[in-house]
Amino acid sequence: MGMLAFRVSLALPARLANLKDQFYINFIADDRYMYLVRGLWMTLRITFFAVLLGIALGVVAAIIRSTYDKNVDDMRPGIGKAILKILNAIVKLYLTIIRGTPVVVQLMITYYVIFQSSTNTMLVAVLAFGINSGAYVAEIIRSGIMSIDNGQFEAGRSLGFNYIQTMWYIIIPQALKNVLPALANEFIVLVKETSVSGYVGIMDLTRGGDVIRSRTFVAFMPLLAVAGIYLIIVIIFSKLVSVMERRLRNSER
Amino acid sequence: MSADLEKNDVIISVKNLAKHYKNKKTEIHALDGITTDIRRGEVLVIIGPSGSGKSTFLRSLNLLERPTEGTITFEGVDITAPETDINKLRQKMGMVFQHFNLFPHLTIMDNMTLAPRKLLNMSREDAEAKALELLARVGLQDRADAYPSQLSGGQKQRIAIVRALCMSPDVLLFDEPTSALDPEMVGEVLDVMKALAKTGMTMAVVTHEMGFAKEVGTRVIFMDEGVIVEEGTPNEIFDNPKNERLQAFLAKVL
Ligand SMILES: Nc1ncnc2c1ncn2[C@@H]1O[C@H](COP(=O)(O)OP(=O)(O)OP(=O)(O)O)[C@@H](O)[C@H]1O
Ligand SMILES: [Mg+2]
Repeated sequence: MGMLAFRVSLALPARLANLKDQFYINFIADDRYMYLVRGLWMTLRITFFAVLLGIALGVVAAIIRSTYDKNVDDMRPGIGKAILKILNAIVKLYLTIIRGTPVVVQLMITYYVIFQSSTNTMLVAVLAFGINSGAYVAEIIRSGIMSIDNGQFEAGRSLGFNYIQTMWYIIIPQALKNVLPALANEFIVLVKETSVSGYVGIMDLTRGGDVIRSRTFVAFMPLLAVAGIYLIIVIIFSKLVSVMERRLRNSER
Repeated sequence: MSADLEKNDVIISVKNLAKHYKNKKTEIHALDGITTDIRRGEVLVIIGPSGSGKSTFLRSLNLLERPTEGTITFEGVDITAPETDINKLRQKMGMVFQHFNLFPHLTIMDNMTLAPRKLLNMSREDAEAKALELLARVGLQDRADAYPSQLSGGQKQRIAIVRALCMSPDVLLFDEPTSALDPEMVGEVLDVMKALAKTGMTMAVVTHEMGFAKEVGTRVIFMDEGVIVEEGTPNEIFDNPKNERLQAFLAKVL
């Protein structure tokens, strides 16, 4: 700790002296700031589409899991029960594998093994991060479904809605509303997780900063800029989440 | 189908209905062989001590609970048969719950029109016109755009009743519709139920409101330990109870 402080204090004045030069070399010369701009744009696009895919997968997985948990004991043996059991087993396998392995490995497998080094790397990243996110979103939404009073379910069924209709019109809207802050949080997590996209050659924000570093041979400024940009995105989103939470609390009463 | 049914026709026929809950070691016989008919236009009131199986019986009628044994025939169809489309039949059997179970994410209007629009393919205009008419009947026409959380308990339950009526059911099932209400709101809900009974609606009502049972009921069933112990007109049950368990029960609640 003391050692570190000593080094920093020695290094800092020298750096401060040519701060302006550094800024010029890293960002202005050769329009290097464009690495960050383009990288940020890529990071945001990957995150956005991956979140959408994650929510879609998560809703489906959550419905299967909670349908299984709620109904399997009461179901008569038959084709419906068999299908539900198989679907539930598939979903469980999906959740176990995705949550049990690092996202970088999943990304590399998607790129090198499944898509055989496809040229559409952004699509690969969206798929990999979306499938990854879906496993976490599934548990968020499942907890949302489980938090809805069973009376809601019975009211829907007693009006004549079938199981899926009751889920769709009555349970899922309430469940999503309850977990909206948690879902927004998942976006925050994912923004940061996409920073490993460089492993499959994607020019995301992190990679953009790293490219600048490799050109200018200075790490300090480009990497600090990258960190700062992530931080700003996360702070903005956290703010949105807390506004959302307050709104939801007020609307409950 | 329902149009051919005359008053006094049997609309629901229950034979040897049993429901057993299996726990790890014990087996609870919530219902232990119930046989009865519900006729069109009848107001059947079900009374009995806590845990006697009243809710289980009522909820079996629309298969919210699946019976272990026995048959239930609704408008000539055996609803316990595996090939029966229970969703279709439930459209004709409305249910009102103790805790209202309004949909909190929808306005009163949408609570009422969701099922007719999605299940009966009614147009929005028709469904809303019908809902407004029903709302007027319970004096809540000005609350159509409110959300359930903005209503009192009594108002919620009146909405729950008219929400069920929007599907034009042939039978309405009530499970302790006033038990969750503050005392001053019980009357307004019972009044709606009385008015409904006068229109000839077939009703099965689980309740602790003995006044309602006497005044509106056409027949009373007293249940205990999963069986029907005594059954008769309100006069027979309340003024001339034969079974001693019924006598003891009435001594407690009256
Ligand atoms: N899901 C369940 N699992 C196990 N036992 C149950 C279940 N539902 C009901 N029971 C049992 O079945 C019996 C009948 O319950 P039921 O709810 O029908 O009684 P009730 O007459 O409606 O009582 P209350 O007046 O308290 O509402 C009770 O012993 C109850 O504990
Ligand atoms: Mg009950």
